[in-house]
Amino acid sequence: MNVPLRRVATVVLVMFLALMVSTTYIQFVQADSLNNDPRNSRQVYREYGNFRGPIVVAGESVALSTPVDDPYGYQRSYTNGLLYGHVTGFFSIVNGTSAIERSENDFLNGQASTLWIDRLQGLITGQKPQGASVELTIDPAAQQAAWDALGEQRGAVVAIEPATGKILAMVSKPSYDPNVLATHDTKAASEAYQSLINADGDPLVNRAIAGATYPPGSTFKVVTAAAALESGRYTPETVIPAPDVYQYPNSTAVMRNFGSARCSPDGEQTLADAMRISCNTAFADLGVTLGGDAMRDQAEAFGFDAPLDIPMGVTKSHFPDAETTDDAGQLARASIGQGDVRVTPLQMAMVASAIANGGKQMTPYTVQTIRGADLEVVEQTEPSLLRTSVSPTVAQQLTTMMVGVVENGSAKAARINGVQVAGKTGTAQHQPDAAPHAWFTGFAPTTDPQVAVAVIVENGGDSGSEATGGAVAAPIAKAVMEAVLNK
Amino acid sequence: MATVEPHAARPAKRPSRGAEAGLLVLALAIGIGAYALVGFGLLDEVPEQFVPYSLGLVALAVVGHVVLRIKAPYADQVMLPVVVALNGLGLAMISRLDIGGQLVGSTKEFASRQFMWTALGVVAACAVVWFLKDHRTLRKYSYTAMIVGLVLVMMPLLPGIGQNINGARIWVNIADFSLQPAEFAKIAFAIFFAGYLVTNRDTLALAGPKVLGLQLPRLRDLGPLVIVWGASLAVLIFERDLGTSLLFFGLFVAMLYIATERFSWVVIGLSMFAVGAVVAASVFPHVAARVDVWLHPLDPEIFGRSPGGSGQLVGGMFGLANGGLTGTGWGQGYPRLVPYANSDFIYTSLGEELGLAGLLAILVMYLVLVERGLRTAIGVRDGFGKLLAGGLAFVMAWQLFVVIGGITRIIPLTGLTMPFVAHGGSSLLANWLVIGLLLRISDNARRPSSLPVRGQVAAHAAGPTSGSQPVAVGSRSQEAVDAGEARAAVGPARGGPSQDHPTQVVRTDLPENAEGPMTGATEIIDDTERKNL
Repeated sequence: MNVPLRRVATVVLVMFLALMVSTTYIQFVQADSLNNDPRNSRQVYREYGNFRGPIVVAGESVALSTPVDDPYGYQRSYTNGLLYGHVTGFFSIVNGTSAIERSENDFLNGQASTLWIDRLQGLITGQKPQGASVELTIDPAAQQAAWDALGEQRGAVVAIEPATGKILAMVSKPSYDPNVLATHDTKAASEAYQSLINADGDPLVNRAIAGATYPPGSTFKVVTAAAALESGRYTPETVIPAPDVYQYPNSTAVMRNFGSARCSPDGEQTLADAMRISCNTAFADLGVTLGGDAMRDQAEAFGFDAPLDIPMGVTKSHFPDAETTDDAGQLARASIGQGDVRVTPLQMAMVASAIANGGKQMTPYTVQTIRGADLEVVEQTEPSLLRTSVSPTVAQQLTTMMVGVVENGSAKAARINGVQVAGKTGTAQHQPDAAPHAWFTGFAPTTDPQVAVAVIVENGGDSGSEATGGAVAAPIAKAVMEAVLNK
Repeated sequence: MATVEPHAARPAKRPSRGAEAGLLVLALAIGIGAYALVGFGLLDEVPEQFVPYSLGLVALAVVGHVVLRIKAPYADQVMLPVVVALNGLGLAMISRLDIGGQLVGSTKEFASRQFMWTALGVVAACAVVWFLKDHRTLRKYSYTAMIVGLVLVMMPLLPGIGQNINGARIWVNIADFSLQPAEFAKIAFAIFFAGYLVTNRDTLALAGPKVLGLQLPRLRDLGPLVIVWGASLAVLIFERDLGTSLLFFGLFVAMLYIATERFSWVVIGLSMFAVGAVVAASVFPHVAARVDVWLHPLDPEIFGRSPGGSGQLVGGMFGLANGGLTGTGWGQGYPRLVPYANSDFIYTSLGEELGLAGLLAILVMYLVLVERGLRTAIGVRDGFGKLLAGGLAFVMAWQLFVVIGGITRIIPLTGLTMPFVAHGGSSLLANWLVIGLLLRISDNARRPSSLPVRGQVAAHAAGPTSGSQPVAVGSRSQEAVDAGEARAAVGPARGGPSQDHPTQVVRTDLPENAEGPMTGATEIIDDTERKNL
C-alpha cells in the first residue's frame, strides 16, 4: 500500500501548490484591481472606521458619531437633522458626503495635517483618536426662527453677522433628514437617496447657496442705487426721471411699475423716494443712464461673478456681461433685478451685510472653530475683509434709503419695535405664468448692525400670485432679525 | 528474508523527544506572540486574559508532550508542535475578531469557548494515546464505526436535537452545546473504511471485470461501502451540506485507492462525482447558485443577488487583496467585514492581517502535518494502520483543499472549516482526535519493539539471524502481510538487501526505493501476497 500512499502524498503536495498559487493570484496578481473595485468597502471603512468628530452648534452636537456593533464601527447621527441638514450635510456609506461633512472631512476624520499631534498621541497611547470637532457660526435661535417663519413654503433664508461675516442662519426648504442617508443599512440608504433625488422640490439642494439661482427682482435696486451714489453724480435727494411707463430704447416694448402704478404725478422723484416705493421705471432709466460697465462694476464690488466657499461651494451670482448690457433693454431689465441677473440668497445677504458694515464686505463663513479631541483649538476663523463694496458715505446713504423702505415703503412688515431696520423688498417675475418670488434683504439695527438677512419665498409661497416681497418675505426676515437681537 | 530481532538487537532507549520540546517552544511562541500582538494591535496593551491564556496554552502543550513521553515515546515529534502552532494562531485570530467586535459594542465572545474546546481536544488526543495501546484494536470495531458514523450523519435530521443553522441542517444541540456530528463521522468512516478495505482490498482490486483497460470491482464486494457512502451522501444532500459530502467522497475515493492501488477507482470516483455534481447543479438551485458564484463572482448581477450572491466570497477576496504580500498586521485590517470571519472565512481573516507570507507559512505547516501523517501511514506495519493513517492524513489535506480552494476559487465554495484554526468546537475536538490517532499509529510504527503479531512471531521463530524462508509467502493471512511490512517499517536499523532472498518478483525499479533499503522488500511481499491469491 506504500505505492498509492506515496502517490497520495504527491497529490497532496499538488493540492497545496494549487492553494498557494490561487492565494498568490488573489493577494498579489489580482490585489490591485480588487482593492480598487468600487464595491470594495474597505476604502470606505478606512474612512468610516474613524471615530469622527462632531459638528457643533452653540455647544450642542448636531452631528456626532457613536460606536456601534457593525463592521463600520461608528454610526453618524444628526440631532435636529431637518433643521441643520443643509448645513451639516450627510455622511453616508453609499451616498458619500456633502456640505460641512465633506468640506471639513479632513478635520472631522482626524487626518488633517494640523491634527498631527492628536495622531501622534494616538500612535503612542494606542487609542484611536477621535477626529476634531467643528464648531459652526450658526445661531440656533436664528436658525430655528428662520425655519419656523418659512413654514412649509419653499425658499431660503440666510443671516450674516455684518461685522464678521459669520453665517448665523442658513435654511433651505424643503429640507431633508441626513439620518436617513447615514444609516448603515445600505439598501435603505440607497432608497432614501433615490427618493430624495426624485422628490418634488429637490430637498437635497441647499437653495441658500446653490442650485438654480434666482432673479433678485427689486432687491437688486440697492445695487443700482449703490452704483449711482458711487458715481458721485447722485445723492439720495437727486431727482431722477420716474415715468409711468418706461419705453425700452430701440423697441416698442414698455416697462411698467408694479401693478401699473404711477411712481410720481410729475414723472420724476428723488432717488430715495424711487427706492422707497420701488419704482421700476426710475431704476431702469437710472441703470441705463449709469451704463453697463458701472452697473457691472458695482455688482462685482458686492461679489457677483466671484467664486466663494463658506467652506461649502457657493454658486456664483451673475450680472450680465458687456455683450448683453450693450443692449439697453437688457441693461434696463437688469437694473431692476430682472433679465439675466441671477443671485443666490447668500449673495443678497452679503449685499445687505456690506452696506450694514460701512461698505466693507466681510468673508462669510460657517466654521468658527476646530478643536482637537483634547478640546485644544486647532484652527479658528478670523473675520477677514473680502472686498470693499461701497464707500462708508454711500453705505450710510443706502442705509438711510433702506430705512425709508421699511418705515414708509414696501417693507413695513419688517419693522421691529424699538429697533431701526433697513431693508428692501423684491417681487421677482421669473416665468410668465408663475407667481413671482417674494424677496427681502435688509439688516438691523442700523446704528450697530448685528444681523443682515436675505429671504426668498419661491413663487410667493402660500400667498401665490398675490404675494409681494413686503407681505411674504419681510415678516420672515423680521422674525430672524428679532431672534438674533433678542439674544 | 530479513527478519528483525525485536528487543535484543536494539537497546530499548526511549527517544528523549527533545525535538518536539524545542518545536513546542517555537509553536507556543507563535501562538502566544500572536495573541500579544492582537492586544497591541487593537488595545495597545496585552489582552486582559494574556497571562491565564498563555499559561493555559503552555500547560496544554506540556500535558501533550508529557503524555507522549510516557505513552508514545516514539511518536512523530513534529505533529504536536505544528498543531499547537495552528491552534494558537486560530485562537489569536478568533480573539482578535472578538476584541474588534467589543471595541464597537459587541458582546459576542467566541475565544474562551474555543480555548475550552482546545483543552478538551488536547485531553481527548491524550486520552486516545493513553488508553488506546494499539490502534489495531479499532479494527475490531469497523462495523461499529460504520453504524456510529451513519448515526452521526443522520443525527441532525432528528427532530428535537437537530438544528437548521444558516440553511444547512448539520447541527445537533445537546446539553446547550451545538455540535456538528459530521466532523466525528469523518473519523468513524475512516475507521470503517480502513477495517473493511484491509480485509477486502484484494477481492475489490482483482475480482472484477476489465473494461477499457480499467479493472472494475464487483458490485457485491462494494456493497457495504456503497451503502455507507450512498447513505451518507443522501443524508448530507438532504442536510444541504455540500462541503461534508465532498469531504466524505474524497475520503472514500482516497482510501479505496490506497487499499487497492487501482487507479480505476479514482477514475470511477471522479466520474461518479462529475455526474453527481452535474445532477446537483441542475436539480438544486442553491448548488447552481454556488457554481455561478464560483465562476463569475465579480459579475454585478451575481454580486448583488440575494440570497445566493457572491458577496461573501468577494468580500473574502477583498480582504485577501487588502492583506497583500505582508498583511496589515494583527488588528489593523477589516476581517470583520466578511461574514463568518472566524469560522468558514478565517482564511481570509488571516490573509488580510498576515498577508500572503503568513498564509503560505500556514499552508506549509499544514502540508508538513499532512505529510507527516502520510509518512506515518507508510511507516506503520499493518494494513489497517496504513489505511487509517493514510485516510486521516488525506482527509485533512482534502478538507483544507475544499475550504481554501473554495475561498480562492479553485472549486465552488462549500461550508467547511480549517482544521485547528477555525472557530468551532466539533471541528476542533474531532481534529485533535485525529491527531491523537495519528500519534498513536506513528508511535506503533516507529517503536523498535514490533508488536507481537502472529506473523512476526512466526518470522522470529523461523530463524533469529536471517530469514531463510520468507514467512509472508507461506502465510496467506493478512497478518503475514502486516508482519512483512513491519519489517520494512522498522527501517534501516538492521540488515540490508543482501539479506533478502530474492525469491520473489523483485521490483528493483520501484521509485520508492529511496525510502530505504527495506522498502523494496515490502513491495515484494505485497506483490507476492497478491500473486499467491
